[in-house]
Formats: sequence, structure tokens, C-alpha cells
Amino acid sequence: MTERKPPKSPDDLDKRLSRFRNERDIATGRVRKSESTNNGLGFAMRIGVELVAALVIGVGFGLFLDDWLGTKPWFMLAFFLLGAAAGMFNIYRVVRNQGGAVGYRQNDSPGSEMSETDRDGE
Amino acid sequence: MATDTHGGEQHSPLAQFEIKELVPIEIAGNNISFSNSALMMVITIALIILLMMVGTRKRAMIPGRWQSLAELCYEFVANLIRDTVGNEGRKYFPFIFSLFMFILIGNMLGMVPYSFTFTSHIAVTFAMAMVVFVGVTILGFAKHGIKFFTFFVPPGVPVWMWPLMIPIEIISYLSRPVSLAMRLFANMLAGHTLLKVFAGFVPMLGAAGVLPLAFVGALTGLELLIAFLQAYVFAILTCLYINDALHLH
Repeated sequence: MTERKPPKSPDDLDKRLSRFRNERDIATGRVRKSESTNNGLGFAMRIGVELVAALVIGVGFGLFLDDWLGTKPWFMLAFFLLGAAAGMFNIYRVVRNQGGAVGYRQNDSPGSEMSETDRDGE
Repeated sequence: MATDTHGGEQHSPLAQFEIKELVPIEIAGNNISFSNSALMMVITIALIILLMMVGTRKRAMIPGRWQSLAELCYEFVANLIRDTVGNEGRKYFPFIFSLFMFILIGNMLGMVPYSFTFTSHIAVTFAMAMVVFVGVTILGFAKHGIKFFTFFVPPGVPVWMWPLMIPIEIISYLSRPVSLAMRLFANMLAGHTLLKVFAGFVPMLGAAGVLPLAFVGALTGLELLIAFLQAYVFAILTCLYINDALHLH
């Protein structure tokens, strides 16, 4: 039970090494732990535009499809809703500090046990 | 412009954003005149080069003022990349650094009275955002090949949700350059317009004009902060996008 599992692959070793280095850097204060702590204003600046940008792309793409296929309002309406949803997701991601990431990547910064519990909660 | 009718040539708050052709050039029907916007960009680049050349000339163990300034810029961007991308991001340092310095110095030069803010034009910011977007997409494809498309499939979502989620993710991805360009452009445009509007109140109100004048002073401080912050946000988002392209999920 106490014996350690051998590392599966060099990749695994690399991952552990980089995790170790990261932890050491954080411990010695060479890396600030979370980027979101020191740039609250920069963070706030990003939120509003995200929603509008996704809507613009959604509506623009819908209008383009309508123009192309001759289905006047329908694609625009559908993509308006999709764009709104995408904008909401963008904001959700910014707030979750996932940056501009697409998808639901867990916050995999080292030393944050939160991400594990979050996954269970979903 | 409606406000132009009663005011003079410089009284419209939007007159400051006007593009003036300094050296008219036309090649094959395309107007590629050297404008005041282009002049400011050239000055920006010259200033950056000057700062870096003077800053790195002595390479002293104990840095002087110029070297400190150059090192400050270098370390700021280097830490930014380290925090967001990690060590793999080092390769992209020159790109991020150029982008950050160009926007920062451009924004700051825009704060000089009678100058021109080229970042307040969406043509400029959108071009920069598209360079980032196209570059990051190419990087993603070069790194992951066809697997790059798994980027649009959020993990942990049931298959029957895919027809809904994939368009949303694609729109979300395509909205990146728009939000990147719009944020910088809108902030600079709104800030400079606001400054000009409040400055316009000063002569109008006579003795009471001290109040808007004080407000303009405070706003100038805020604008300086925003000028820096927007450059920072642009750089950090570029880093995040590069990080996404390198690691996908």
C-alpha cells in the first residue's frame, strides 16, 4: 500500500516536474498565485464587451445566412439567441477566471483544491 | 456634424478623431496616404525603439533610469506571460511585448494635448485583434492539427447537447477578435470624447468653469489609468488565447 506507483510515461514525469516547479515558485513568491487578485479593474473592463461582441457575431452570421439562403428573419433570430447564449457563457468564463477559454476547462492552477470540489458540485 | 454648425473647427468633441491626410499617396486607385494616424504610429515605434536602445546601451549591473524603465517594461510583460501561459509562452514574448508596448505608448501619446489617439480607431484595433486571432488559430492548428476542432466540443457535455453547444462555442470563439478590438477602441473613444465634452464646458460656464476644469483634471488621471489598463488587458487576453491554443482544454 505504501509503495509508489511508477510514473506512467515521461509526459507524466514532465507534468509532475512542472507542477513541482510551480509550487516552488509560488512558495518562494516568484509567481503571484492568482492573476485575478491584482487586476480587479482590468477584469471588470472585460465583462461588458464580451456580451455585445458575441451578440454582434451571432446576429451578423445569422443575417449573412439569411441573405445567402433567402430565409429572411429565421437564421437571424436563431443566431441572435445563440449569440446571446455565447455572450452569457463568455461572461461566465470571465467570472470563473477561465480567461477567454472556450469550453468548461477546470481551473487547473496548481494548489487550488477548489476545482476538484467544483466538479462534484456540477 | 450637428455641433459643428455653431462652433469653430475644433469645437466638436469628435473633431479630435478626424483622419487628416498629411502626404497624399495614391497607388492603383487605393488611397494609402500618410495620415496623422500613421504619423503617430511612426512616432510610437520610434519612441519604443529609442527607449529600448537607450535602455540597453550601457547594460550596467546597477541600472540607471533608462535601463530601469526598459527592464520594468520587460519584466512586466515577462511576468504576464509566465503567469498566464507558463514557460511554453516564452517563445511568444517578442510578439506580446511589441503589442503591449505599441498599444501602451500609443494610448499614452494620445493623452498629450493636440496629439492623435490612433487606438481610438476601430480599423487599427480590429487589425491588431485579427492578427492575434488568425495567429492564434494558426498556432492551434499547427500544434494540434485536426484535433483543434475538439476545442469547440465542451468536455462533459452529453452528445445530444452538441448541436446546441457547438454553434455557441464557435460564436464564442469568433467573438474574440470583436471583443478585443471593440474594448480598446470603445474605451479610448469614449474617454477622449468625455474629456473633450467636459473641457468644452469650461469656457461656457465662465467663473463656474472651475468645476468642470477640476473634473477634467481628475478625468485625465483616470484616462491615464485606462490607457495603461487597456494595453494590459489586450496583452493578457492575447496570452490567454495563446494558452488556449497551446493546451486546448
